[in-house]
Amino acid sequence: MSNLPPLKQTPLHDEHIRLGAKMVDFGGWSMPVQYTGILDEHRAVRTNLGVFDISHMGQFFVSGPDAGTWLNCLLTNNVDRLSIGECQYTFLLNEKGGVIDDLIVYRIEESRYLLVVNAAKIEEDFAWMHAHLREGAHLENQSDHMAGLAVQGPKAAQLFDAFFGGSHSRPARNEILTIPIDGELYYVARTGYTGEDGFEVFCPADRAVKSWTDILERGASFEIKPCGLGARDTLRLEVCYPLNGSDLSPETTPIEAGLTLFVDLQKPEFIGRARLLQQREEGVTRRLVPFKMLVKSPPPRAHYGVFKGGVRIAETTSGTLSPSLNVGIGLAYIPTAYARIGEEIQIEIRGQQYPAVIEKRPLLRPNAK
Amino acid sequence: MNVPEDLRYAASHEWIRQENGAGTVGITDHAQQELTDVVFVELPKIGAQVKAGQQVCVVESVKAASDIYTPTSGTITEVNDALSANPALLNTDPFGDGWIYRITLSAPEEVAQLKTPEQYREQLGSAH
Repeated sequence: MSNLPPLKQTPLHDEHIRLGAKMVDFGGWSMPVQYTGILDEHRAVRTNLGVFDISHMGQFFVSGPDAGTWLNCLLTNNVDRLSIGECQYTFLLNEKGGVIDDLIVYRIEESRYLLVVNAAKIEEDFAWMHAHLREGAHLENQSDHMAGLAVQGPKAAQLFDAFFGGSHSRPARNEILTIPIDGELYYVARTGYTGEDGFEVFCPADRAVKSWTDILERGASFEIKPCGLGARDTLRLEVCYPLNGSDLSPETTPIEAGLTLFVDLQKPEFIGRARLLQQREEGVTRRLVPFKMLVKSPPPRAHYGVFKGGVRIAETTSGTLSPSLNVGIGLAYIPTAYARIGEEIQIEIRGQQYPAVIEKRPLLRPNAK
Repeated sequence: MNVPEDLRYAASHEWIRQENGAGTVGITDHAQQELTDVVFVELPKIGAQVKAGQQVCVVESVKAASDIYTPTSGTITEVNDALSANPALLNTDPFGDGWIYRITLSAPEEVAQLKTPEQYREQLGSAH
């Protein structure tokens, strides 16, 4: 125990403690798993508004005359499709086409991009990108100097208007605004990890507490609640967003994960492309699919056995009780022969098999714009 | 933290209420707070003969599954079926409607070896 490095804290750590959050170790970070309760916070986001501290996530800036060309050699999606102020979901792959990280790339200027990466992958992503750096592109890691807040829920647009009404119009889905406030730049994107409408705000770390308290104050009339990682996980799983390290790994490809929409195989070159091309031509042996329990059961969780006809065919990569659907849900890489919508499978929970069915994604379709 | 005076406690955060040579068992207020929202209870089997300290059922929150250990030995005679439909009773009323099972006491002397409310409070205090 004593050999472990101390947990990293976000600039909002004291705010979480003040609000009575239960803190947990999340990839080396001390993060709130819940404040009042996961179910309560989940409902807040689906019906009103929730705010999440996402300051643990990483922010890289890529600039220079060849920034876009270089990113296109590293990332699966095509940054040339982005106009200034737009973003896309994309993958950083290893040579085998396995996922190092999934991230969002925002084009904030003609030749300047903001990359938001997973907290546990900041060092690895940076080292990988740095090792592949080319002339004409500049990479900087601003993760330690920036904070992030995600405001999510059907009332997010109203809150945006309460803040910026008159001075800024809302960014559209997958767009980002650069807004100067008191001499500092804030990035406000219409993105999120819950399936709801919402905004992600990235600002200087020393502005985090003010942004957090302002959002909670202005959001009070929209019944905003601070929300922890527990609700973040149930929310993202209902809409089948993958979690890197659970549903994605260096051993799985975006094709197997069913995320080919975010891979542009027309691009002449990017790391991992050869393997993805091969998979597209030859087909994959397994696919990541969502499932739903058919009966009342203990909640499925990651690493539970998946069975078909008494034979173990896979294991779950994620699972939970869906607070919105009130039934167990999860994700698993299922052999292609069975990876069909409507296929019945069994999930083994503590030695007992419970029936489940493969569903199409998302499992829940919120009223997001 | 609520620690009722009329109960005995196991270090693993179960309580037992002794009445007429039988016991009613549940989890403590501290346990339910640590577990957070309970969403599923796998009840013990009626008729099961169990030994003190044996795992008898499982309580699941959104985040985790937790084993429940019987504080005393005996035969399980009744389970709280209301928990199947409404597992949140464990959060809202852990010492009342959230009881889990009733058990005959095959070794009644075990009850006296469990923690008194004062000892259990001490245990909770030293954990912080």
